[in-house]
Formats: sequence, C-alpha cells, structure tokens
Amino acid sequence: MKTFTGRVVLGGNLTGETVVTRQGFNTLATFFRGLTTGSSICNDQNNPDLYKKEIGEKIVCLPKTIGSTTGGMILQCAADVGIAPAAMLYADHIDSISAAGIILAEVWNGKKIVAIDQLGDEFLEAVQEGQQIEIKDDGTVIVLGFEVEGQAQ
Amino acid sequence: MNNYKMQLTQEEKDILDGKQGEAMQKVLKSIVLFGEAFGAKRLVPIDGPIHVVTSFGMTGFDAVFNMMDELIGAGLKTKEPFTVDPRPVDFENIETTEASKKVSLDLYQHQEQYEEQLQKLGLKDKDAFSCAAYMKEVGNVPERGQVLSWAESSAVVFANSVIGAKSNRNSGIIELLCGILGKTPEFGFLTEEGRKAKWLVEVKTSKTPNPMLLGSAIGMKVVEDTPYITGLDKLLGNELNNTMKDFLKDMGAATASNGAVGLYHIENVTPEAVDQGRDLLVEGYQTYVIDDEELNKVMASYPVLWDDMSAEPAFCFIGCPHLSLNQIYTWNDNIDLTLKKAGKEKVSIRTILSAAPDVISKFKEDEKAYETLINNGVSLSFTCPVMYMNNPENSKNPIITNSNKMRTYSTARFFLDQEVLNIIVNGKNY
Repeated sequence: MKTFTGRVVLGGNLTGETVVTRQGFNTLATFFRGLTTGSSICNDQNNPDLYKKEIGEKIVCLPKTIGSTTGGMILQCAADVGIAPAAMLYADHIDSISAAGIILAEVWNGKKIVAIDQLGDEFLEAVQEGQQIEIKDDGTVIVLGFEVEGQAQ
Repeated sequence: MNNYKMQLTQEEKDILDGKQGEAMQKVLKSIVLFGEAFGAKRLVPIDGPIHVVTSFGMTGFDAVFNMMDELIGAGLKTKEPFTVDPRPVDFENIETTEASKKVSLDLYQHQEQYEEQLQKLGLKDKDAFSCAAYMKEVGNVPERGQVLSWAESSAVVFANSVIGAKSNRNSGIIELLCGILGKTPEFGFLTEEGRKAKWLVEVKTSKTPNPMLLGSAIGMKVVEDTPYITGLDKLLGNELNNTMKDFLKDMGAATASNGAVGLYHIENVTPEAVDQGRDLLVEGYQTYVIDDEELNKVMASYPVLWDDMSAEPAFCFIGCPHLSLNQIYTWNDNIDLTLKKAGKEKVSIRTILSAAPDVISKFKEDEKAYETLINNGVSLSFTCPVMYMNNPENSKNPIITNSNKMRTYSTARFFLDQEVLNIIVNGKNY
C-alpha cells in the first residue's frame, strides 16, 4: 500500500480500479467515437496503454491530457452520457482541456469526475493497471494493490 | 456561496450568489473554478475580439446543446459578436460519395440546430466560420496587448506570438462563457512572467525550412513551453509582411498541434522579441539547435497510417489552418506553372484549398485567377480538413496534405509543399 498526496481540483471519496497511461491522455481521440456509439472503450489508436480498454467508471492515472482544445467539451459530453472515468489522477499539473471538461460536467450537468493533480512522477511510476485505489476528498490517494477474491492486496 | 480563493468584485460575488440568475451563476462559477485550477487571482476584462472553437453540431453533444439552450433561455449572449471555427462538411465543393454523405449527415445531424444556437448567442454572421478569423477579410483581428479568451490552438498561438495579444490556450466552451461574461481568469500568457521563454531555439538550416516541419520539430521538443527562436530573421528577413505572417501562421499551427505551444518569440521579428530581445529568456533556459539533419530526422519519424503505402491519393488538402488570400494566390500560381511545365491541363489528384468564406469570396472577385484555378481542376472549400477526416468513410481513403496539423489529427500523409505540387500534377512518386 502506498499513499500519495495531490492537489484537489474536484474532490470526492471513492474507491475504484485503475487504468494507467504513461503518455498524454488524448480526450478527443479517446471519446469521440464513443459519443456516437455510447461505448466507453478508449478509441485512441495512438495510445497503446489504453487503446481498446474500458475507461468508463475507472480511475484513470495519467501525466495530463493532450490534443485538441475541443477536448474539454468532449469530456463534458462523455460525462453526460456516462462513458467518462469516475476519477482522473494526474502526475503533473492539470491542463486546460481536462480542467474545463471536469468543471463544465460538474457545474452544468451535475456529473462529477473526481480530479487530483500534481501527484508526481513517482505516483505514475508506482501505480499499475488493474489496482484498487482509494481517493479521499482531501487529495489523499492510496494505492491499495490488486484485488484478489474481494480483498485488496 | 462556495469558498472561492479568487479575489472577486462585489458584482462577481452577487453573480455567484445567483442575483443575475442561475445561468449566469453557472457561467461565472465555471470560469472561476477554471481559473482557480491555474492559480488565477482575479478576472480581467476581455478587450479584444471573441472567437469560439466548437463549430460542429455532432451526435452525442446533448450536454453542450442543452447548455446553449439554458444560456439562450436566460437571454445571455457574448459581449461582442464572435467568429467560430470552420463548418464540418462541404458537399458543394468536395466530391462526396453517397456513403460518406450519409455518415456526415448522421454524424453532424444537429448542425443546423447548433448554428441557430450560435446565432442567438452572438455569432458575427453566416460566413463567420474559420480557424483563421484573424485574417483581415474575416475581420476578427486582435490588436497588440488586447486580452482575449480563445481556444482554437492555431489562432491562440498566432494572436499571442505574431500580433502580441494575450490569450491563454483555453478549452472550448470556456472561451464562449468568458465571451458572455466579458472577463477571463488572469494567469499564464496573460501575465508578463507567463510570456517568458524557457527554450532558446537556434535555427541553423542551410535554407529557409518548411514552416510546418520546423514548427513540428519545435513543438515536439518544447511541448508546451515558450521558445525564443533565432536564425529565422537571417533566412526570412525581419519585416512582418504577409509572407512572413503566412510562414508564422503555419509554423505556429504545427508547434501547437505537434506540441502544445501557445506562444513563441522570433528574434527581431515578433513584437515582444523586437522590444525585449533575449531578456525574454528565463534564467537557466534550455537550448535546441535545428539544422538540416535534425529536420530530416523529424520528417523521417512520421508514421504513415495508410493501409496501402503505395496507394494513389484520393484527395489532397491544402489549408489547415485556413489559407490566407496571399497563400491561395501562391498555390494557384505554383499549380498553374507546374502544370504548364509538365504539359498538363489539370491536376491528377483532386485538390482542395481550404480558406475562410470571406477569403474565398475575395479571391473569387478576381475572375481571371479564379478561372485559372477552376480550369486547373482545383477546388476551394470553407470546411475544416480535420473534421472532414472525422468521417470514417473519408479517413479510410489515402489523403495527402501539406499540413502537419492535419497529419497529427488524422490519417492524412504529410508531404512538403514542393512534393505536394509534384504529386498533384504528376501523380504519386513514392
């Protein structure tokens, strides 16, 4: 179990399973097709860490988001149709694309994507795909480990 | 009221308390939370033109359409008329298969409804669709020092760097909400410190480099930092004329798409570099040298995403970002000259030059030049080549382009301008 502390962009308490990208998360490429099909599978073929993986309701661990500046509204719409992650944990400072998407979804659509940023490179080095993570609303992020028979290890 | 960290005026506090209605409360709350995420201490008035990036009424955008309805229902609109990015489809000027048309009509089935919403929120006019709305023909031109809140990445980097206006690289919708409020959070490129350069980029090529290739190299290296670029004045001169602006428009678009650059300084050329010179460099800046070998390496690094690497191109798109009037004339002249040299009457590849509706109208006023363009088999379109490629029926075709932005966001294959000319006139040579 490892604990990290970041800055709360949009706080909340939740526990969930990780998907991890070591490269920038392209919001537009990830969700563009899903907005028309309702699928929460990542569609970004330039991201081998996430391509074709389930993103919806997961905790996405990432450096930051990249890509088109339309990405904020894409993330807002993804949250609205229920294909967005439950939380996004950023190693770096949050970028303007995902900050906008997360805030617009919360303010206009009442859909919360918990966001903690500035968790540091060591967070992204430590966390692995499929681990359970607990997030607290003060910005504490606890990497619990892999879930085995209902118990996190 | 939430416990906001930003310093707020009494009027802003009242808005957040709902005294100007729920929609305005949400507008300001979105902007304040966005600003606080970047450490903004206050909001500052926007005194330059407004431009919006989201121009497409796509399926799955109900959240945006509903938000627009809420804003319109509350009687809100932008403080000044705004321009918006290009329309996503152009059946009139781009030859389209029935299958492609069906997908586009389905994908953008809300376009008409969305454009009506844009008009009610303050759209300048029915032709105000361009990513390069800062062209004088379109008329949404900022002035040096003006505060903007733009999101179109190629326009932000042009306005900041070439004009010396001040805009952060915002996200879509946030810029529209700032346009309605008439204020934007003060951070990043709106501050003196935020406009300093962390990189010294020394251009040491043997000849003037292709702007899209140069911008790509810079963007991939500095990512989101600001570069101070030397050596270009030796190759291009130091006059900020139309040719220079076109070069910088295309170079900037590549820095912003291959990286996330929002501002660059060109020694002895761009306004702040002329005034402040190397004082713009931060202490401990990094250095990146670009020579012929480096550009060759960058060019060779681009993946080709075609299924058949030796396919004959179905289309060629030139104009991402939208072409200036000067660039349309240059391409028209070069295509005509190359055709004549080759003894051919028309281009071999269907070729689209993309530009703002107002720029196209201006070009068409020159009947002789327009006749040459049409006779040579070239089309003018107001659409966005990247959005054209969002249609899977279109993107499965082999498309070539001279745009490094289009290469980055689609399966289009990138060629340098001279190679593009040779291919569209003589057919593929690879």
